This record gives sequence, structure tokens and C-alpha cells, in this order.
Amino acid sequence: MDPSAPEAGVQPAATSIAVPNALEVRHLDVFYGDLQAVKDASLDFPVNTIVAMIGPSGCGKSTLLRSLNRMNDLIPNARIEGEILFHGENLLGRGVDPVEVRRRIGMVFQKPNPFPKSIYDNVAFGPRINGLAGEMDELVEDSLRHAALWDEVKDRLRESALELSGGQQQRLCIARALAVKPEILLLDEPASALDPIATAKIEELLKELEKDYSIVIVTHNMQQAARVSDYTAFMYLGRLIEYAATDELFTSPRVKETEDYITGRFG
Amino acid sequence: MERHFEHQLTELQSKVLRMASLAEEQVRAATKAFLERDAGLARGVFESDHSIDAMENEIEEAGIHLLATQQPMARDLRLISMILKMSSDLERVGDHAVNIVESTLRLQGAPAIEPPPEVGAMTEIALEMLRGAVDAFVERDARSAVEILRRDDVVDRYNDSVFRILLTVMMENPRRISWGMEVLLVSRNLERIADMATNIAEDVIYIVEARNVKHHASDMQESSPVAAPVAQGTADA
Repeated sequence: MDPSAPEAGVQPAATSIAVPNALEVRHLDVFYGDLQAVKDASLDFPVNTIVAMIGPSGCGKSTLLRSLNRMNDLIPNARIEGEILFHGENLLGRGVDPVEVRRRIGMVFQKPNPFPKSIYDNVAFGPRINGLAGEMDELVEDSLRHAALWDEVKDRLRESALELSGGQQQRLCIARALAVKPEILLLDEPASALDPIATAKIEELLKELEKDYSIVIVTHNMQQAARVSDYTAFMYLGRLIEYAATDELFTSPRVKETEDYITGRFG
Repeated sequence: MERHFEHQLTELQSKVLRMASLAEEQVRAATKAFLERDAGLARGVFESDHSIDAMENEIEEAGIHLLATQQPMARDLRLISMILKMSSDLERVGDHAVNIVESTLRLQGAPAIEPPPEVGAMTEIALEMLRGAVDAFVERDARSAVEILRRDDVVDRYNDSVFRILLTVMMENPRRISWGMEVLLVSRNLERIADMATNIAEDVIYIVEARNVKHHASDMQESSPVAAPVAQGTADA
């Protein structure tokens, strides 16, 4: 494909679906120093759906994901322009507390990163520092149940989280994210370090979580995107090239670059 | 460098084209055998049918292998899944050719009576549709495929006429009932062959345009592209 092709103008949608949006991204630009990693991206993330972001390495998908809960604030030189609307408020606006943003928009990373603490303490960590009131045991159990891990760990809650398998650790990280009662869950390649069985469990879990949370997942695995997501966004060279219902995007993409990428004829 | 997958896809297409050409030959031979009461030709159709069956198995195996190992997407996915359907339709075409020669052989001892000319006309159209559908597949020509769908009605009308004509003949002359029933069966088989050609034409439209036109073939207008439901926009790069 020709990177110098006319800029892919993101046009207003002809129609929009009736469900409300969890997040609305408007004309987002993200820079790392002189490098522009995301270029004028505009898209909506509807509530209680799973949106997958796909594209080759360096296309800007993880950068866009990390912008959604202001993780990019932590990167020196990162600069962000545009708007990300959450309940009508621009998350990028002055006076918005990024810590509160990250509580309400949780994140799970590629490699499971439990704290070197007990299973229980991993889950209780967020609620404690956020000063959440209520019964902690109940909250821990509830979070672990939601993350489909409870049955496997209920008898060993005081054991170190590091003794869990990779797949269990990743579900623990999801439980940890859920414990602070977020509305949105962002996942950056959550299964890429896991074996197929653990991957399948994470995917099953996401379909369950979708009922209660809005989910955005970045993945290199197109079959995973096709399996778990309701909508898929394809990014290339920092631009949002195509965004459509997943069934449609993987069977009949409308843009040639998408077709070339998903059929492996890319570049 | 051509990818191995591309090579396998080309192979799969060649296989289904070979199968299509054999199926067409079978129909041509079966109808010729019927119209000319040629028992030798009829037996040849019987013998060749197992080749079509074997090809169906081979295509199915290769197609499933590609689905499993390559996990194809988009146009590749459409192509492979439609080839699988085409091969099963072509196998049915082969079976209908066999049905026609069975009628031909059953009529061997009976007095020679010309079937209604509509049967010849149906044969021509069914064969043209079959050939046209396969050509549309080779050329990836959705427009020609749409034309084939329209011709299916003509074959259906011929089939209805043949039924009416034969009914009259059989009522007037009960000694012609066996003959009439066989000709009716042949007509019915030709009508089914045209249906199979129609299926293949529908598959071609899906391969080319990702548009499903099944079960509403009369409504062939261009469907408006589905708008991306949640995109703030879809880039037309």
C-alpha cells in the first residue's frame, strides 16, 4: 500500500446505532516527540460491546488504547490532542484527574503483572488505595468470580500470586482491574503470552464481562479479534482505516488496505 | 514470491473448474443420450459419475484443510467457502445427469416417441446457465451471474409447460403414462440442474461483491453498502 496515498479522511458516520457510547474519540492526535503515532482518529466505543483494534506493529493501536485512560501521560515526550469524551466530559481536559480516569477505565497488559503479594492482596490493592468502603472479602470474591478465577483459587487466597500459572495470573490481573469497579476495560494483547487453552479462557471471560463492561482490546491475533469482538477497527500508519461490525470487516471489508492486511497480502 | 497459500488457492480453483467441466459434459452427454435414445452414451455417463464424486471429496478435503490451516479472511474466506458449496452443487448436477440416463435406459425397449420440443429448449438453457455460471466464476463477473439468476425463471416455465403437455398426453392415452413419467422426470432433472447453476451464480455474486442474494433472486438491485454502525467514520482510502 502507498503510505503517501491521499489522507484517509475520516468521515462522519452515515448512521449510528441506538446504544449509547462508553467513549467517543474525536480527532485524536498523539505525538511522541516529532513522531505522530495517531493521526486524526475519530471513533465511538458503544457500551457493553467489545471493540477490537487490529493493525501491524507500529500502527498506533496500542497508543490509541493507552490514550483512552491517559496512560500516555506517563510517557515522556508524549503529547495528545483532540477529545476523548466520557460521559460527555473530555478526559484530556484540564482538571481531569488521571488517577480517577484510570480507576473508571481499567487496563490489563500483555504480560501478566501481578504484584509479589498474595492473591487476595492483589485484588484488594486497588480498592484499599482508593479507599473503597464495604466488605473487602466480598469484593475480592466478587472480583475473582467475575474474572472466572474464584473456583481455582478460593482455597489458596493467601498464597503468592506469582505461584499461579500465566493464564491464571492474567485473570488475576483482570480481577484486580475489576475490583475498583471500572466501567470500561482496556486490554493490550491480553492473551499473547498465553497458551491456547489459557487464551480460550480469557476470550470466554471477555464475552462474559461484556455484559457488564465496555471492552476495548488490542490484538495481533486476527482470529481472536474475529472471535471475541463485536466491532473491529483497523489502523495503519497511525490512521483509522476502517471501523465496522466484526462480521462485516472480516468477510467483506470495504477498504482495500483492510482486505490486504487481513488476507495477509500486506506490504 | 508467490505465497504457498496463493498456490493452494489456485490449485483449489483449478480443481473445481475441472469438476465443473466434467459435470457439464455429463449433462450434455445425458441429454444427448436421452434425446437420441443412445444407450451406449447413457452407460458412459453412469461410469463417469464416480469421477465427479471423487472430485467432490478431493475439493472438500482441500478446502477444509485451507480453512483449518490458513484461517482465511475476507475474499479468501468467501472464495473457499463458496468453492465448497459449488463442488457440492456440481456433484448434484452429476447426479441429475445420472437420473436422466436412468430414464433413458428405462425407455430403451419402448416405442420411440419424440418428447415435447420444450425439453430440448430446456436442455439448451440449462447447459448455457451452467456454462455461464462457471464462466462468471472464472471471470469474477457478478453482472453475468445476475443474468443467469434471471434465466432460471425461463427454465421453470418450460418445466411447467412440459408438465401440462405430458399430462394431457397421458390423460388422452394411458399407454403413454410410463413414457410420460420418464419425460417428466427428465424435465424435472433439467429444472434442478438450472437451479444448481443458479446457486453457483449466487455464489459468484457473494465471492465478488460479498452480497448474499439467495432467496430473493428477483430483487437484484444493488444493495446500499452497509454503513459502519459505530464508526465515527470509515476511511475511504
